[in-house]
Amino acid sequence: MFSLIIALALSAAQDIAAAPEAEADPAAAEAAPVPKEPERDPVTGELPVDPYEMSNANAGAGSFSGTGMRDAFHGQDGIRRIVNDMVDRSVADPRISEIFVAHDLVRLRRTLFEQFCYILNAGCDYSGRDMANSHKDLGLQVDDLNVLVEHLQAAMAAETISFAAQNRFLSKLAPMKRDVVTR
Amino acid sequence: MHRISPLAHFTIWLALAAAAICPAQAQDLRNGGKLLLTNGVSTIEGSGGGGLATWSTIAGNATEEGIGASAHGTVIELPDYNWTSYGISVGFFDRVELSYARQNLDTIDIGAALGLGRGYTLNQDVFGAKVRLAGDAVYGDSLMPQIAIGVQHKRSSDDAVVAAVGGASPHGTDFYISATKLFLSHSILANATVRFTKANQNGLLGFGSATDNDHKPQFEGSIAYQFSRRFVVGGEYRTKPDNLAIAREDDWFDLFAAYALTRNVTVTAAYVDLGSIATADNQRGAFLSLQAAF
Repeated sequence: MFSLIIALALSAAQDIAAAPEAEADPAAAEAAPVPKEPERDPVTGELPVDPYEMSNANAGAGSFSGTGMRDAFHGQDGIRRIVNDMVDRSVADPRISEIFVAHDLVRLRRTLFEQFCYILNAGCDYSGRDMANSHKDLGLQVDDLNVLVEHLQAAMAAETISFAAQNRFLSKLAPMKRDVVTR
Repeated sequence: MHRISPLAHFTIWLALAAAAICPAQAQDLRNGGKLLLTNGVSTIEGSGGGGLATWSTIAGNATEEGIGASAHGTVIELPDYNWTSYGISVGFFDRVELSYARQNLDTIDIGAALGLGRGYTLNQDVFGAKVRLAGDAVYGDSLMPQIAIGVQHKRSSDDAVVAAVGGASPHGTDFYISATKLFLSHSILANATVRFTKANQNGLLGFGSATDNDHKPQFEGSIAYQFSRRFVVGGEYRTKPDNLAIAREDDWFDLFAAYALTRNVTVTAAYVDLGSIATADNQRGAFLSLQAAF
């Protein structure tokens, strides 16, 4: 789960970091072409990212079979509420909020939703980066991951997902730790 | 070593361990990062685990980013005995755990029957060390458990009683290997531990006997269902040696419920069946333990 977040954010962060160096020397800035701020897509509201190969395999886990988990999570509407709630809690939490500062939260919410929806077999394909690539530069620790998991648990509880179903979903995410936690 | 008090002993133990472990950690410590209840509770021997069975979990709330600690107190009310124990343990970087526990068994009327005097209390110090070798109880491969090895050095304070009941030594050392996993897909935590021991009644009646003085493998199993982030219910089974000629010793069994009142405080209540203890059969009763962890 976490990984998606990061992947999305990462690509956004790279673009942002590369752009605004013009301020350093105003004279030079006049002479040279000013680097453009990345512009958000007028339709999706997302920042541009470097191209990569899209595949459901990037989701880092396979889908559940059948419709039980989709129903337990109240379908796509429920999954969307959970993702938004989890992201809201995470960006507001001073323990991990820094991780999200340079992230494109629009893209993050979309790709996280796709990943959860794909894994829960609720009728989505995942179009984000894979877990290793999306997290490789974030320098995440286990403590960061645990904070995120607790926000996901809180969001699932707020959506009144049964605890057994919550854990079933987490069992798909737990193996991703090896790609997400890098230090 | 014999002249040093248990606490001084433990402090030295801790200082040595800290000196050995800390230089490797250049990053800032982050403490208290474990998920709720994933540190387990404290066993009656002071190690991280269930109530009676030791697990591979490392005590305290810190992950591999920090140093955690826990303190606990436990009472067990039995028909013919009262048990109290308390202890502290420290977990370093979710890798190494050092623990100390003090066990006291009040023999009440049995003490008089054995000629010790009514209310004679058997005492023991338990010094433990545990190292996590591999795996992760929560994350990682869904079938790969967290595996740890450990040692518990036990020192009974009742040399004369141990000798009188036929124990070969008032001191002994247990070795164990433990595997623990939270199977998230079923909300079930399972643990299996093999302990090599010659302890009589956990060591309170000494170690070995004239005829039976070898370490033997014993099994400790726990299985628990996670009802919520805060609430777990389960059972444990622990086999024990039966070395003494004067009294039979039985396996132990419990049914427990653990509840995390807060991130730092866990209360565990259990029904325990400790079988026959020093000729008094059917020692079944109530177990209550309070743990504070950081």
